[in-house]
Amino acid sequence: MIKLLVDNWSAFISGFGWTVLSSIVALFFSLIIGSLFAILEVMPSKTARVIGNIYVEIFRNIPLLVITMFFYLVIPLYVVKINGFTAGTIGLTIYTSAFIAETVRSGINSVDIGQMEASRAQGMTFWQAMRYIVLPQAFKLVIPPLGNQFINLVKNSSVLAFVAGFDLMYQGNAIASTTFETVNTYIVVGVFYLVITLPISYYMQHLERKLA
Amino acid sequence: MQNWIDAYSWINIRFLLQGLGITIFISVISVVLSFIFGSILGIIRYAKIPYFSRIVGFIIDVVRNLPLLLIIFFTYFGLPAFGFKPDTIPAAILAMTFFESMMIAEIIRSGILAVDIGQMEAARAQGMKLGQAMWHVILPQAYKKMIPALVSQFISLIKDTSLATIIVVPELMQHGQVVYGQNPNYIIPVFVIMAVMYFVVCYALSLLSRYIDHRMA
Repeated sequence: MIKLLVDNWSAFISGFGWTVLSSIVALFFSLIIGSLFAILEVMPSKTARVIGNIYVEIFRNIPLLVITMFFYLVIPLYVVKINGFTAGTIGLTIYTSAFIAETVRSGINSVDIGQMEASRAQGMTFWQAMRYIVLPQAFKLVIPPLGNQFINLVKNSSVLAFVAGFDLMYQGNAIASTTFETVNTYIVVGVFYLVITLPISYYMQHLERKLA
Repeated sequence: MQNWIDAYSWINIRFLLQGLGITIFISVISVVLSFIFGSILGIIRYAKIPYFSRIVGFIIDVVRNLPLLLIIFFTYFGLPAFGFKPDTIPAAILAMTFFESMMIAEIIRSGILAVDIGQMEAARAQGMKLGQAMWHVILPQAYKKMIPALVSQFISLIKDTSLATIIVVPELMQHGQVVYGQNPNYIIPVFVIMAVMYFVVCYALSLLSRYIDHRMA
């Protein structure tokens, strides 16, 4: 197993790098998109709430693979040539943003309604109150669930392997099919994933206990 | 427009529905099995048996933090090295059950922890054994609290069966690939109908869970 790791070190590390990059890029954009839809879902306007709801329910109830493959096959066909990594990261972003929207929305809802009322009574607009009063409190509450979403995101980034996204899983398959050391390769790939996910998972458990 | 009509010919739709059938079949078998194994593992972890619970807990944490796709690959391509070569559908069920058992074990454990400790103490004070108290007093209350989490786990399981397409399990995603493989013009129509099929099943379940939750609260 050590020999396998040493022989294919550069492939494993490059896969690891692409996995981390895709996860971080997808996290960044899905935080923005997710928060926007979460705010839509709690807006006074009914139309906004319906739009927010439709987005969240659609993308939460469709498999990530369907979304990713759609972007991988359709965008190059009709719009612009993109590689598997980009298509995969777009798919990941959209899928994750629906879950983040749900998480952030529940955070906003658990902030006391009086906070919003008081800010509005002070003459703040809805967006000002959201931005300066409600969201900062909401985000503090949702840090542990957001951490879990990030873990899911890292694990889900393995779908990049379907679209030749050069990620860890993709490299793992390539190595397994050239060395025929299937079991050892997959164990090494698993360890690489755990290096990212396990520490976050334990840290989030610790945070949850501290907040509870 | 003609593409859409051709893509939605009855032969194609029937083929996709057969795929959906396999998807649901794999999901239901896996969820039933992983509910049983998950309950056992969750109770073991909760019971704090010296060393044993620790080890089980660590295994649960490790598996939960791995991608399901990796476990599917390992089951289908790795297990033959140990002289066990499952067919595609059993391999998918095995991989899903293994992964979901660990996910459900965590749900079960936190469900049990959410039941007031006084319930256990009172039951024990009545002369019940640990197992009796668990079975008759704690678990019924815990399962009730866990319904939303269990249903949403079931929904992700249904969505995750699409990953099994990589080992050519004839489920919905795989059948979709076969259909749009005939003609690139079918790609969009097929993705739309696949998305609708997944959505209907998953959304119906989430409505059901909300309804049950509402009724019980």
